[in-house]
Amino acid sequence: MRKDSNFFILVGTIGLFVCINIFLMASGKLPFSFDGFGVILGVGLTLAIYSFLYKDNPAFKIAENLYVGVSLGYTIIITWFNFLKPDLYDPLIVPMFSKAATKAPQYALIIPSMLGIFMLLRFSRKLSWLSRWTFAFVVGLGAGVSIPRVISAFILEQTKPSLHPVFSGGETIFSSINTVLILLGVISVLIYFIFSVEHKGTIGTVSKIGIWFLMISFGASFGYTVMGRLSLLIGRIQFLLRDWLGILQ
Amino acid sequence: MNFLKRTIPLIIAFVMGILMAMQYYVPHKLSQDLLEVVSKWDRIIAGFAVFIGAYSLLHLHWTRIKRKVEGWGYSVFVYFGAIITLFFGFLNGGKFFWNDKQEGTMFDWLYYYIQVPAGATIFSILAFFIASAAYRTFRARTNESTVLLIAAVIVMLGRVPIGNYISQYIPAVADWIMAVPNLAAKRGILLGVSLGAIATSLKIIFGIERSYLGGGD
Repeated sequence: MRKDSNFFILVGTIGLFVCINIFLMASGKLPFSFDGFGVILGVGLTLAIYSFLYKDNPAFKIAENLYVGVSLGYTIIITWFNFLKPDLYDPLIVPMFSKAATKAPQYALIIPSMLGIFMLLRFSRKLSWLSRWTFAFVVGLGAGVSIPRVISAFILEQTKPSLHPVFSGGETIFSSINTVLILLGVISVLIYFIFSVEHKGTIGTVSKIGIWFLMISFGASFGYTVMGRLSLLIGRIQFLLRDWLGILQ
Repeated sequence: MNFLKRTIPLIIAFVMGILMAMQYYVPHKLSQDLLEVVSKWDRIIAGFAVFIGAYSLLHLHWTRIKRKVEGWGYSVFVYFGAIITLFFGFLNGGKFFWNDKQEGTMFDWLYYYIQVPAGATIFSILAFFIASAAYRTFRARTNESTVLLIAAVIVMLGRVPIGNYISQYIPAVADWIMAVPNLAAKRGILLGVSLGAIATSLKIIFGIERSYLGGGD
C-alpha cells in the first residue's frame, strides 16, 4: 500500500513537472531551443536531488548516478584537452606521424608516457610491480618539491607575522592587543599538539588556552561552511525562480 | 628481481627527492627548466592516473549490472552519462578530439545543464544536513562546546543582513573572530602540519616510509 502511494507521488510529481514545462514553453517564458531544454534538464536534476530531503527515491538515485557518469566523462575529456593533448600528443605524437609538422618530436616525453603506462599495469598480476616505479617518481618528486616550499611558505612566512612587534609606531591599542592574542594563540595551539609532554601545570594551562582558540576556530569554520552552502542553496533557488519560472528578474 | 621490484623504486624516490629539494636553492635557468620539465612529466602521469580512477568506477558499476545486485538499474545511468559525455567530448563539435577544444559544443551543453546544476545542488543540500547535524550535536554541555557554538552563531549572523539588524557590532565581531583567534589557531595547525609534512617527505626520500610501494614482494 505504501509502495503504491510512493509510486503515485513520483508519477504525479513528474506529470506536474512536465505540465509546467509545456506551459512555460507554450507561453514563451522558456525558449523552444537547446538552451530551453537545458534549463528543463537542469531544473529536473535540481528537483530530483532536492527530493532526497523528503526521502531516498528513484528520481534522486537516477540524478545522482547520471551526475557521477557525466562527471567521469567530463574529467576524462578535460584531462585530454588540458594535459595529455598539449603536453604529450601535440609535442610527441603529432611530429612523429605528421609530415606537415614543423617541430621535431620531443622524445624525452617517452619517459613520462612509459611511467604512465607502468601505472596502468597496476591491473596486471605479473607486471603490477612496475607501477611502483611511477609511484616512486611521483612521490619522490612531490616530497622533494614540497620540503623547501613548505619551509618557505608555511613555516617562515607564517612565523614572521606572528612575531610582529607589538609597538612599532602608528598602531592602535586594539591592533597591538590582536598581535599579542595571535602570538598567544599560535604558541598555545602548538603546545596543545605536543603530546610527548604531560599536559599538567603551566603546560596544561597553556594547552587549555590552545583548546579555546581551537574551539573558536572550529566554530568559525563551521559557520563559514554553513554560509557557503547556504549561498549555493540561494543560487539554486535563484536558478529555479529566475531561469526556469521567470518570477525573479 | 627484488632489485627491480624494491630497490629501483627507492632509488628513484631518493634521486627525485634530493634533486627537486636542491633545485629550489639553485637560481639558474637550467634549474628552472628542470622544474618545468618534471612538472610537465608529473602532469602527464596524472593524466594517465585518471584512467585508473575511471576504470575502477566503471568496473564497480559493471559488476553491479552483471550480478544484478539490488538497484543495478541505476548503474546503467552512470554508463549512460559517461558514454554520452565522452562521445560529445571526443566529437568536439565535429572537429574531433585531435584538434583544439571547440566552444559552444554539445559537450559544453552537458557541462552547463547537468554537471553544474547537479554539482551545485548536491553541495547545497549539505546546508540542510549540516544544520540538522548541528542541531543534534551542538549542545552547550561544556565551556569549550559553548565557545564553539557562540563562535559559529556569531560568524553565521555576521555574514547575513539580519546580523547587522540585530546589532551593528555582530559583523565586526565576526570579522574579528575570523582575523584573530581563527587565524591564530589555523596558523598553529598549519605550522604543525608543515613540520609533519617535512618529516614525512624526508622519510620518503630516505626510504624509511615505504607504504607507497604497496604490499607484496
